[in-house]
Amino acid sequence: MTPEMLSLSNSPGLFVGIMLVKILVVFGVTMLIVAYATWCERKVIGHMQTRLGPMRTGWHGLLQPIADGIKLFFKEDLVPSESTKVPFLLAPMMILVPALITVAVIPFGPDLSVGGFLIPQQITDLNVGVLYILAFAGLGIYGIVLAGWASNSKYSLLGGVRASAQMISYELAAGVSIIAVFMLAETLSLREIVALQQQDLWGICSFVPNWYIFTQPLAFCLFIVTGLAEINRTPFDMPEAESELVSGFCTEYSSMKYALFFMAEYANMIVIAAIAATLFLGGWSAPLNIGIFTMIPGFVWLLLKIFSMMFFFMWLRATFPRVRYDQLMRMGWKVLLPLALANVVITGLVVVIVQ
Amino acid sequence: MELIFFYLIALVAIGSGFLVIRCQSPVNSALGLVNTFFCLAIFYVMLHAPFMAAIQIMVYAGAIMVLILFVIMLLNLGTEARKRYTHGVVWSAIASLLVLFNVMYFIKRGRVTGAEGDITSFTVESVGHTELIGKALFTEFLLPFEIASILLLVAIVGAVVLAKKEV
Repeated sequence: MTPEMLSLSNSPGLFVGIMLVKILVVFGVTMLIVAYATWCERKVIGHMQTRLGPMRTGWHGLLQPIADGIKLFFKEDLVPSESTKVPFLLAPMMILVPALITVAVIPFGPDLSVGGFLIPQQITDLNVGVLYILAFAGLGIYGIVLAGWASNSKYSLLGGVRASAQMISYELAAGVSIIAVFMLAETLSLREIVALQQQDLWGICSFVPNWYIFTQPLAFCLFIVTGLAEINRTPFDMPEAESELVSGFCTEYSSMKYALFFMAEYANMIVIAAIAATLFLGGWSAPLNIGIFTMIPGFVWLLLKIFSMMFFFMWLRATFPRVRYDQLMRMGWKVLLPLALANVVITGLVVVIVQ
Repeated sequence: MELIFFYLIALVAIGSGFLVIRCQSPVNSALGLVNTFFCLAIFYVMLHAPFMAAIQIMVYAGAIMVLILFVIMLLNLGTEARKRYTHGVVWSAIASLLVLFNVMYFIKRGRVTGAEGDITSFTVESVGHTELIGKALFTEFLLPFEIASILLLVAIVGAVVLAKKEV
């Protein structure tokens, strides 16, 4: 009996059960990474600045995220009396939810065959997976804009306005930079894009996989830069520039709502790292087509890639000063977007010539 | 099951559409509109058009509404003074009801002939929704597509010329 793809029609009970398990596991792992990314960031930046970072809670501060969580949970939840209540309460959720929803289409391994059924190691395989990611990545902005506006404070509003202008500008370049990958893959499904990246490099080099970072290095760099700008990480963290805007859009927030903003920031970081890993670094596939490497399960590779990308983001934060706002805008519109467009045109030309 | 889901989403869509016109604060109206766009995207998914759904969220909810929100925030439009506009309410209500009945009548009158075009749900399933749209846009409707993009370009240039004080 050839195993068929598990779906709602051929085994509803099993399908729903496995779906729930997958959702819970992916959600749990993401939240765990979010919690420990905060610890990791403090440690990494601490050591880069010749400090130790958190040391007191647990071994080398390992319990710090839990202590922080408990602390934030028991803080008083202040709502400014002049704020617009409903958007003020909704904003932290509206920034975290899009970040977490996006994880649903990231594949984390090959199909498993269990009890005569093929179970994809991915919550759902959309045939417009990449567009789905782009669409929801663009929605995170509502949280920031509303948080800034609803707080009814000048710093918050400035942060929100900066964020919206910045995210709209960089979303464009991010989308265009990914188009080059679609043109090579001829599909929008992340599952198929990963499968294509497992082939031999350019059909010649048999043990190096065909990762798109080798064919599209420019698109990869553009995606990383625009991705960082879109999730408001240093050096593009203008919306929350401490030195001028106190804390930007989340100035007026406290307690768990503030924690939600922080969780969203790290969740976004994971998402950008996961997308970059899936689109350019072969997703869950092994870096070399050698027996020992391919025996290691797919999710280990994916997590390794995500962690190294996140380490790179932290490294950037410890290295670069914040860019000025006019520099940011000029770079987005006059450098990144034309480069991304040129990349698309050149990729199109090459694809036509090769075919 | 799908029907129940449809009615549920339709209810939300109409509810948030109602919010758009009834909210006092323009920001809340804008949020209502975003929600309506979301419901439309869900309808596209239910019609087996995931590409349209993704584009709907990306373009309308992700870009256009953000710009509208941006403008509302920049202009700092406060809550509108509670004025009651009553003139013409009755006549517009009657007109809308008439239009509704008209539409219902024509929908009920139409008969399904069973004739099928080139693109059926089967071809959409086998070829792919995105591929079909791409092919149609870049072969059959290439000229209108290009004209639309030129129109957009003209609009952008016009906006820049109008907004810029000196070149």
